[in-house]
Amino acid sequence: MKIALPVEEKTMNTPVCVSFGRTPLFVIFDTESGEYEFIDNSAAASQGGAGIKAAQLLEDKGVKAVITFRCGENAAGVLKPAEIALYKAVDGTAFDNIEKFKVGELCLLDEIHSGFHNHGGKQ
Amino acid sequence: MKQLLILSGKGGTGKTTVSSALIALSGVKAFADCDVDAPNLHLVTAQDIKPNTSNYYGFQKAYIDFEKCIKCGLCEKTCRFNAIHYFSVNTSECEGCAVCSEICPVNAIEMRDYSSGKLMLYSSNDITFSTAKLKTGSGASGKLVTAVKKQLKDNSRNCEYAIIDGSPGIGCPVIASISGVNMVLVVSEPTVSGIHDMKRIIETTKKFGTKCAVCINKYDVNESKSNQIEEYCNSIGIEVLGRIPYDKTVSMAVNNCRSIAEYPESPASKSIAEIWDKIKNILF
Amino acid sequence: MQIAVLSGKGGTGKTFISVNLACVTENAVYVDCDVEEPNGHLFFKPEITAKQPVSVSVPEWDESRCTLCRKCMDFCRYNALAMIKEKLYVFNEVCHSCGGCMILCPQKAITEKPREIGVVETGKSSDVTVLTGYLNTGEVSGVPVIKALLEKLDGSSETIIDCPPGSACVVMESIKKSDYCLLVAEPTLFGVHNFQMVYELVKQFKKPFGAVLNKSIENDNPARKFCEDNNIPVLSEFQYEEQLAELNSEGLIAVCECESYAQKFRQLLSAVKEAVS
Repeated sequence: MKIALPVEEKTMNTPVCVSFGRTPLFVIFDTESGEYEFIDNSAAASQGGAGIKAAQLLEDKGVKAVITFRCGENAAGVLKPAEIALYKAVDGTAFDNIEKFKVGELCLLDEIHSGFHNHGGKQ
Repeated sequence: MKQLLILSGKGGTGKTTVSSALIALSGVKAFADCDVDAPNLHLVTAQDIKPNTSNYYGFQKAYIDFEKCIKCGLCEKTCRFNAIHYFSVNTSECEGCAVCSEICPVNAIEMRDYSSGKLMLYSSNDITFSTAKLKTGSGASGKLVTAVKKQLKDNSRNCEYAIIDGSPGIGCPVIASISGVNMVLVVSEPTVSGIHDMKRIIETTKKFGTKCAVCINKYDVNESKSNQIEEYCNSIGIEVLGRIPYDKTVSMAVNNCRSIAEYPESPASKSIAEIWDKIKNILF
Repeated sequence: MQIAVLSGKGGTGKTFISVNLACVTENAVYVDCDVEEPNGHLFFKPEITAKQPVSVSVPEWDESRCTLCRKCMDFCRYNALAMIKEKLYVFNEVCHSCGGCMILCPQKAITEKPREIGVVETGKSSDVTVLTGYLNTGEVSGVPVIKALLEKLDGSSETIIDCPPGSACVVMESIKKSDYCLLVAEPTLFGVHNFQMVYELVKQFKKPFGAVLNKSIENDNPARKFCEDNNIPVLSEFQYEEQLAELNSEGLIAVCECESYAQKFRQLLSAVKEAVS
């Protein structure tokens, strides 16, 4: 199964990024093969709807679970119908979080915030 | 980092007065002004520091290459925002949707980065203060608010908490300032308008599930209205942390570029100090 | 004639000036363009005669025509569209109604439907027509509501426009068709700092304008000084008075309660009329 985490840098020792939609990178980890790749989050520079685009990116990559601190309403609106599970990240590195995920120590993220609503354009 | 956000709904209730007093009283090291349309906090908190200023490129706007344009008028007809007249783009109307650049039969329209404001970072040995100023008549204030908060976060990683002065209203910049904060303090005033707007801002805050409390500024202008505020707040389970009297020292302090907290004997300052004690219990 | 009342900062007394000015004007139309926080109706307590919803267009997807080419989704600058398990999801709140998805779709699988974001209320309070715009909470842009308000004006009556505070796009929208801009200033450094911003805005729009000083207190008034330094005509000045503050806090209209205020506002109205002619 592929899981994704928003991260700050291209290393497994990087902390999980507090923002989902505007994280600079995602790491996608395959729990079966143990392989992983870093992908640029093309949504980060969006004027609005970054969470939607970032979630779409992960859906298109075939991700089945996301580990994050927070997730906005819009991103959740994509992840839910895509049947991508949301887990709450804990303090520590991406590696730590993945290890905890593997042994079932992460909780589901039930707290969805209403998003940043970074609309571009007017107001 | 815990974040306290000060909001009011209605403008002029004393949001910045209360924010600047709380900043001075608490000795907080990190603070921000999210009223990017009309920032004022720097006038009383950072008058001696020179800020680091950077251009803020919120988004892109259309630009028509006059040489390539064949004046077919398709862009003007298609634009939903009436931003194109006589084959040129009115940047204050353009919302950057890029429809014109997509449909132009001769590729004469491109999307270019547009500077919609300035971000300012004031930092000295012990404080980090993030603020911004939107260009007069520019849009995207919500995104700029997010940039102000990000700038604050990036530059105050070791701070335990931050105080943020929000913007008036209930629209995009307010929504952008609420997200991610731990507590909202609503500064209300005892007038029909103040109460009306307080209700709207509490409703908005509730949608985010953020902790919320109220204080009443200039309560003695109309005590029965102040009682009405308390009754309303009690009825919906929101705590009123205190009442601040109308105090002429406040405008005197502002006109001397000082926070009211620098006049600790003034009645307004004393009440705000009591409110801060109660905020601490909720925030930490 | 359209008179727009502006202030850089909230709480300077924009609504106080607009409401009272409308009351001394014969058969005036009062328009509350502060759609995020409309307050004028609290003073007028108008009898509502009509309510008109304000809508914006959002895309609607026709699954049967769609070939899942994703052109619409890739084009949308606002990321309002997502494609999940062969279904198109529309995120209405981030849609700017640009119409791009509909225009680009090669299969014509996207049409538009209205989505309500606010309401315009028409009412009557003695001989003043009161138009109030409300933006629903949680909505981000008041511009469509302001447009709907201003479309209701036929230009036959004297109109007072109570603008939103600040100098953002909603303010620009509100003063577009005004003949005169009245800038309200309060006597604090904050007030002056924000006043300067609306001053720049009206200059940019090349509108004739003048200032009203409100809530003046004794001696030092940085707002007056700013007007003097920049040759801005000051049409009227109101002192901070407890009586006035209390009338206002109760939602009472000063000119209806006290003849001396009525006189002052009539003078202000003629000063504006003189400046326009």
